[in-house]
Amino acid sequence: MPYKTIIGLEIHSELLTDSKIFCDCSTEFGGDVNTHTCPVCLGLPGALPVLNKKVVEYGIKAGLAFNCEISERTKMDRKNYFYPDLVKGYQISQYDMPLCQNGYVEIETEDGVKKIRLRRIHIEEDTGKSIHSEDGGSLLDYNRSGVPLIEIVTEPDMNSPEEAKLFLEKLKSILQYIEVSDCKMEEGSLRCDVNINIVDEETGKRSTITELKNLNSFKAAVKAMEYEEERHKKLLEEGKDTRRETRRWDELKNETIVMRVKEEVSDYRYFPEPDIVEMEIDREWVEEIRKELPELPHVKKERFIEQYDLPEYDAEVLTSSKALADFFEETIRYFDDSKQVSNWIMGDISRRLNMENIGIEDVSFTAKDLADLLKLIDEGKISNKIGKKVLRAMFEEGKDPNTIVKEKGLIQISDEGELKKIVDKVLSENQQSVEDYKNGKDRALGFLVGQVMKATRGKANPQLANKLIRESIQ
Amino acid sequence: MDITKLTIHELRDMLRKGEISSEEIVKAYFDRIEETEAKLNSFISLNKEEAIKSAREIDKRLKNGEKLGDLAGIPVAIKDNIVTEGVKTTCGSKILENFVPPYDATVVKKLKDEGAIIVGKTNLDEFAMGSSTENSAYKTTKNPWDLERVPGGSSGGSASAVAAGQVPFALGSETGGSVRQPASFCGVVGLKPTYGLVSRYGLVAFASSLDQIGPFTKDVEDCAIALNSITGYDSKDSTSINREKIDYKEALVNDVKGLKIALPKEYFDDSIDAEVKNKVYEAIKVLEDLGATVEEVSLPHTEYALATYYIIAPSEASSNLARFDGVRYGNRVKDYDSVEDLFVKTRSQGFGEEVKRRIMVGTYALSSGYYDEYYRKAQRVRTLIKQDFEKVFENYDVIISPTTPTTAFKIGEKATDPVSMYLSDILTVSVNMAGICGMSIPCGYANDLPVGLQIIGNAFEEKKVLRVAYTYEQNSNFERKQPKIGE
Repeated sequence: MPYKTIIGLEIHSELLTDSKIFCDCSTEFGGDVNTHTCPVCLGLPGALPVLNKKVVEYGIKAGLAFNCEISERTKMDRKNYFYPDLVKGYQISQYDMPLCQNGYVEIETEDGVKKIRLRRIHIEEDTGKSIHSEDGGSLLDYNRSGVPLIEIVTEPDMNSPEEAKLFLEKLKSILQYIEVSDCKMEEGSLRCDVNINIVDEETGKRSTITELKNLNSFKAAVKAMEYEEERHKKLLEEGKDTRRETRRWDELKNETIVMRVKEEVSDYRYFPEPDIVEMEIDREWVEEIRKELPELPHVKKERFIEQYDLPEYDAEVLTSSKALADFFEETIRYFDDSKQVSNWIMGDISRRLNMENIGIEDVSFTAKDLADLLKLIDEGKISNKIGKKVLRAMFEEGKDPNTIVKEKGLIQISDEGELKKIVDKVLSENQQSVEDYKNGKDRALGFLVGQVMKATRGKANPQLANKLIRESIQ
Repeated sequence: MDITKLTIHELRDMLRKGEISSEEIVKAYFDRIEETEAKLNSFISLNKEEAIKSAREIDKRLKNGEKLGDLAGIPVAIKDNIVTEGVKTTCGSKILENFVPPYDATVVKKLKDEGAIIVGKTNLDEFAMGSSTENSAYKTTKNPWDLERVPGGSSGGSASAVAAGQVPFALGSETGGSVRQPASFCGVVGLKPTYGLVSRYGLVAFASSLDQIGPFTKDVEDCAIALNSITGYDSKDSTSINREKIDYKEALVNDVKGLKIALPKEYFDDSIDAEVKNKVYEAIKVLEDLGATVEEVSLPHTEYALATYYIIAPSEASSNLARFDGVRYGNRVKDYDSVEDLFVKTRSQGFGEEVKRRIMVGTYALSSGYYDEYYRKAQRVRTLIKQDFEKVFENYDVIISPTTPTTAFKIGEKATDPVSMYLSDILTVSVNMAGICGMSIPCGYANDLPVGLQIIGNAFEEKKVLRVAYTYEQNSNFERKQPKIGE
C-alpha cells in the first residue's frame, strides 16, 4: 500500500548574542557551573526580566532570511510548568503573537525545488541543565538559563527523512550565514524535535503523530525518522495505530524508545508576561536589518557559478557553509586560479575536515597559507604530491607552507645537472628495467621514474626525470 | 522632647542644625521598639547593630560638613517582601523562612544611597495576600489604637510601626490597597504611586501588573520627601516609566482654590459605615470652604472591580509563586520520592491557606478552556474600569472618597470569611486596576479609631494629590491624638 510520510519540525537555536535574553550575564558556552548567573537568570524573588534588544534584532534577522512576515506588534508570554531546571516555574516565551510568521525555506530535492513552509519563529529563554550524578542525585547548572533562543516551527511539509535532512542543512546554513547562531548540535545550540506520522494514501488513514526528542545530530534525526516511518507502517499494516507519545533515539540499540506517553495535552496556562510590555516593531528598523542581511547561500551559489566559472556541484558544496565560502574567496584573493582552489578545498581539505569532524574555521592555517601552497605548486617548486604532504603538515603543525618546505627540504629538484646524476645512478642500479624498456615494455619507464622519485624522496621534478631517463636510454 | 513623635522633616532639621545625632535618633527608635514591639508585632526582623553602625557613619559625614539628602540618618522600616542584601526576607511565609537575598531592591538601594537607616523588616500577610496581616506565617500585628484590632494589610507591620512611633517612616507595597487600607486603619499617611513610577525590582511579585511600592509617613510633607527618594526610572524594571524626575516637595502648597474634586457616588453607598462617611464629608467641607469645587460623579464599573481583581491578581500570583519549589532556596521538605513529590510537599507545607487558595483560583482562571471566560474577560473589564477613571479625570483634578468602608475590624472577625475580608479593599482596588495613584490621610476618628480620607489622582498626578492632602492637613480642625498602645 502506498504510504506518505508527514514530517514537521520544531527547531530551537541559541542566538549568538553576547548577553542573555533578560540580563547582562554572558552567554558563553562552558565556564564553571553557575558562574554566568545573576538574580534575574536565577529567577530570584523580586528580580525582573528586561528584554535584550539584540535578541529581537536577531529574531527579525532570522525571520527575514526565512521569508517571514515580521509582526508589527508582539509580546512575551509565560509558559507555566514545573521543572527543576526552570528557575521561575515558567518560561518566558511567545504564544499567540510570535515575532515572525508565515515564512518558507526552499530545498533542492531530486524532483526539483520544494518549499517548506515555516509557521512561525518566536524568541524565548533557554532553561538550565540538570546534571545527574552517579549516586542518583541531581545537580543543576544555570549557566544556560536565560540564553536566548529562537524556536522555528515548520508546517508538516516534509515527506521523507531525506527532505527533513535537506531542510535542516539548509536551515543551519542560513542561520550560520546570517550569524545569529553557530548551530553546534553537540553544544546544544541547535536542537531539533520531530513530529512524524504516515498516511495511507488509498484509505486516507493516518497514524497518530509521534514526537521525537533528544536528537543530538542530523544523522540521529534521520535514523530516528527512518525507524519511525517503518514502525508506523508496520503498525498500520497490522491494523493497529501508534500512540500519542514522545520517543527518543537510542544510538546503541538503533531504535526509538518511549520517553513518555501523552495522555492529554499539557496545559501550560499561557498568559501575557506582565513584567515586559507589549512591543511595537518599528518598520524602519526592520528595513535597516533587511539591508544589512548578508548574501544568502542560494544567491552566493549562483554568483560563484557565474563569477568563478565553477560547476554547480562545486558551488553548492563551497557555499554550504559561510565559513567555507569565505575561505574560498579569501584564497582567490591571493591565488586566482579558482578551479585549482576549488579542487583543493573540495578534495584533500574537505576530506580532512570530514575525517576530523571539524569546520574550516577550526583549522590553524589561513586562506593565504593555502594560496601560498598552490603558488609553490604552480611555480613548479614542489610537485602536486609533495603539495599534499605539505598540506598535511599545515593541518598538523599549523606552519605556513614556505616554512614547511624549507624546513623539510622539499623544494623540487628541477636542476638538470643535479637530477642527471641521480638518474644515471638509478639507471646503473636497474639494468634489467633499462633492458625491458628498450624491449618495448613501457611499464619499465614508470618504474624507473618511481625509483628516481624514491631516491629524491619525491623532490624530483617528475616531468624532468621522465625526460632525462628517456634521453639516457636512447 | 520625644524623638519618636517627630516627623522626617523635623528630625532632618535637627540633624542639620547639629541638635541631635543620627545615632541618638536610631537608638531612641530602638528603645521605642523594645518598649512596644511585644504588644504590636510590627517586625519580622530587626537590624539594630547594622543600623547603629550606619547611623555613626552618617554622623561622621554630617560632622565633616557633607551636604546630605532629606533622609540621611533617618530610620526606616521595610516591608518584608522587599529584598534586602544580606538581611533575611521572608515575605511572611514559611517557605522563605531562611531566605537571605544576595541583592538589594532598587528602592532599598535608593534609600541606602540617601543615607536612610534600615532598622528592620516589617510583618505582612503572606506574600502580601490579605487585608489584616493575620495571614503572616510568623505573627499577627496589632493595631496600635486598639490591640484587639487588626492594623489592616497586607502592609500592616509598616503601618503599625509608623503609627506607634517605632519608625518615622516605612515602605509598604500595594496590589489592591495594601498601603492605603492599613494607613487608614492606623491613622497614618500612605501613598500608592502610579504604576511604573517606583521600580518594582526587588519587590517579591504578587501580581506584577498591579504591584507598586509606596511609603507610610506621619504627615504629607514626609510623604513627599519619601516619594522623592524612591521614584525614578530603573532600567532593571521594564514597566518603570522613563520620564523626568519630579520634586514632590513642590506640591506642598496650601491652596486648593479652583481645584475640581469628584465624589464617585459608588464610593459613598450604603455599604460604607455612616460614621466613616461623616468624617469624610467633614473633610470635603474643609476643602470646599477653601475654594475647591465638589461634584458627584459616577464610576459605573465599580461593582465589578473586586471580582475582576480576584481573577487577575490570583492568576498572576499563581505564576509568580511557582518559583518557590524548594529546589534553589527557601525551605524544602526532607522526605520525598520524586521531583514532583518534592514540589508538591514543599509547596503544600510551605504556603499558608490564603496563598494556596489564591494559587488555586489563579491556576483555574488561566487553565485552557477557562482562560477566555475568566482571565481574558477580567482584562476587558479592567479596561472599562480604567476608562471610568479617564472620563472623570477629563473634568476633575482629583477623586475623593473614604479609604475603607469601616474603621479597623477586630482580629479574627473576618479571618474565616475570605469574601468579607476581600470587601475591605472595595474602595481601593480600582486604583490598582487602573494603574493610577491614590493616597490615604487621616481625617478624624470614629469611636476612637482613625478614619482615612482617600484622594485619587490620574496617572503621574501625585503632585495634585499631595497638594490636596497637604492643604487639608494644614487646615483640618480635628484634634490629633497619639495611640496609647494598650495603656
